[in-house]
Amino acid sequence: MASTSETAGTGTSGAVPQPERETRLARALRESVIAAGLTAILGFFFLALRTEIETGGLVLSTRWGLWLAAIGIVFVGRLALNLFVFGRLGATTRRKPATTGAGFPVAKVLTWGLLIFAIVLPFFFTIVFPQRDRQYIDLAILIMTYIMLGWGLNIVVGLAGLLDLGYVAFYAVGAYSFGLSAQYLGFGFWTALPLAGLLAASWGMILGFPVLRLRGDYLAIVTLAFGEIIRVVLLNWTDFTGGPNGVSGIPKPTIFGWELGRRDGSFNDLIGVPYDPIQRFIFLYYIIFGLALLTNFVTMRLRRLPIGRAWEALREDEIACRSLGINTRNTKLSAFSIGAMFAGFAGSFFATRQGFISPESFTFLESAIILAIVVLGGLGSQIGVVIAAIAMIGGIEVLRNLDFLKAIFGPDFEPTQYRMLIFGLAMVIIMVWKPRGLVSTREPTATLREKKRISSDVVAQGEGH
Amino acid sequence: MSEPLLSTRDVHTYYGKIIALRGVDIDVHAGEIVTMIGANGAGKSTLMMTICGNPHPRQGQIVYDGRDITMMPTHEIMRLGIAQSPEGRRIFRAMTVLENLQMGASLVDPKYFDSDLEKVFHLFPRLKERIKQRGGTMSGGELQMLAIARALMSRPKLLLLDEPSLGLAPLVVKQIFDAIRELNQSEGLTVFLVEQNAFHALKLAHRAYVMVNGKITMSGTGAELLGREDVRAAYLEGGGH
Repeated sequence: MASTSETAGTGTSGAVPQPERETRLARALRESVIAAGLTAILGFFFLALRTEIETGGLVLSTRWGLWLAAIGIVFVGRLALNLFVFGRLGATTRRKPATTGAGFPVAKVLTWGLLIFAIVLPFFFTIVFPQRDRQYIDLAILIMTYIMLGWGLNIVVGLAGLLDLGYVAFYAVGAYSFGLSAQYLGFGFWTALPLAGLLAASWGMILGFPVLRLRGDYLAIVTLAFGEIIRVVLLNWTDFTGGPNGVSGIPKPTIFGWELGRRDGSFNDLIGVPYDPIQRFIFLYYIIFGLALLTNFVTMRLRRLPIGRAWEALREDEIACRSLGINTRNTKLSAFSIGAMFAGFAGSFFATRQGFISPESFTFLESAIILAIVVLGGLGSQIGVVIAAIAMIGGIEVLRNLDFLKAIFGPDFEPTQYRMLIFGLAMVIIMVWKPRGLVSTREPTATLREKKRISSDVVAQGEGH
Repeated sequence: MSEPLLSTRDVHTYYGKIIALRGVDIDVHAGEIVTMIGANGAGKSTLMMTICGNPHPRQGQIVYDGRDITMMPTHEIMRLGIAQSPEGRRIFRAMTVLENLQMGASLVDPKYFDSDLEKVFHLFPRLKERIKQRGGTMSGGELQMLAIARALMSRPKLLLLDEPSLGLAPLVVKQIFDAIRELNQSEGLTVFLVEQNAFHALKLAHRAYVMVNGKITMSGTGAELLGREDVRAAYLEGGGH
């Protein structure tokens, strides 16, 4: 694959460079005109025309300037992309095998750098941004939660190759196990944490059994349904779960039984340090950081054990696994339940952080975001999950604060409205640029593998069954 | 003769409503190389998969080492000392050669791993050179060697091979068949081999069966079948192998 494209590339650029460039410019122009034309058609109703409700009915107003500006931006953008980005895309993918080999230490340095930053993060923010430290540490907690969820789902999707669209169900099970056990049994965070993990793991098993025979699309649909079932049950079982009102007053985590706070007998009172609300954020941050590290550590250990290798083998070829004597049922169930357990821990943490949970927090969108983190990061890559979680969750937050765009588009412009649009665009770009995710160490073999597998399937069909 | 290591009696296998095996009886004795030849779609691979319990036969009985394995799940059958190099080889392509061999040894006490590894590398020195290479980047012959080596890592008593010569150059086919013969002669490994490459398979095997349309139509020693006119006409001259 790589060698043929390389010879083709050098052949055309070496022998006939001149016409190549001309046709490329012409093609770029043609494609830009098409793109601009499409924008004109699509944008006409959205941008050029606008209906406003006034007394006496709808009033149609026109915004030709905006419409023409959009067409212009698309034309220029497409032209620039064609000339400078798409042309080089082939060149970068061709060079990839060499860079992944040489780039490996970079990943290692990045890993350690991120780890050290994560350890000192709360102090970094309190010292460097004393005004906004709460906001930033809160964001770091959020990102860390998603990193943990991403790592948990990575076991199921990335390692075992079981496409799970209902992962949020286990997150919800974890959150509600703590919420409800706190409400009915008076459990604290640390007592409820193992319980939440255990319950989520059992639900992982319960989901696992009926879907053992399913793969790919079918598995995805069933897990999606499962996620929704859990949410709908939580929503409608009003007597027990509070229904749409959720569970409130969930206790904060304690330090060996002592609370953080101003009161007598609190942890602050005990050690004689005055209470500051930021301490609670820092404490929460270190809890989720510890939980996330635990997830990562367990995953890395399991990968080296037979069970982890069996997961990876299962992702590649279930029939081969069975013919090697691997119990695929137990392997799948273990992946489901261990992945679910970490979601349960994370859910329990979510409950204590928010102090309030309701089914609203566990919609399909959450599953989709977690899955997107895993896929964007590169299936099976731990550091990829971290980068993707920072980019996605951090990115969404950054888009909340794009006030400078008001200077360009006028004071009526509300950047948050375009959040999901920009977010979607970014995902499309990443998937075009890196179809195997941000960190895909298997990239060189990946395309080859697909092709060979197809050919061997074709051969297999032709052979004696 | 003593009890066969593997025997199938009146095995009928269906894919949904389509019948693939119409009552197959074979015996494989310990220490033998037995081959089954036949055309495309005759049911050779189906028989091999049925022995491994995927799919299970709808009728009939399969006995291995005195135990009825007809309805056992695949992974339990494989734990009884049967190893398989399946159709299409099914190497884990993202995994390295070493990882693939580790997967093969997942049921075996780890203390045997190093010596077993030496053994398969002695058999296929090429694999040793490729130890860090990913399965997906290897040639067809290397993949087949790896598939056999991976099966051997589980220390089997019975080795099932599904078309090991498929798509390979004649020289590589010879290497692989030599390796099978060596395994059989030096270690007494029992081999059941499904092949289209009738000439090589019949020369290698002690005994052979011919399968046509889901039924056994002929059986005998490899040399006997090689000598028969009808076999030559159907599977040797016409096949061009």
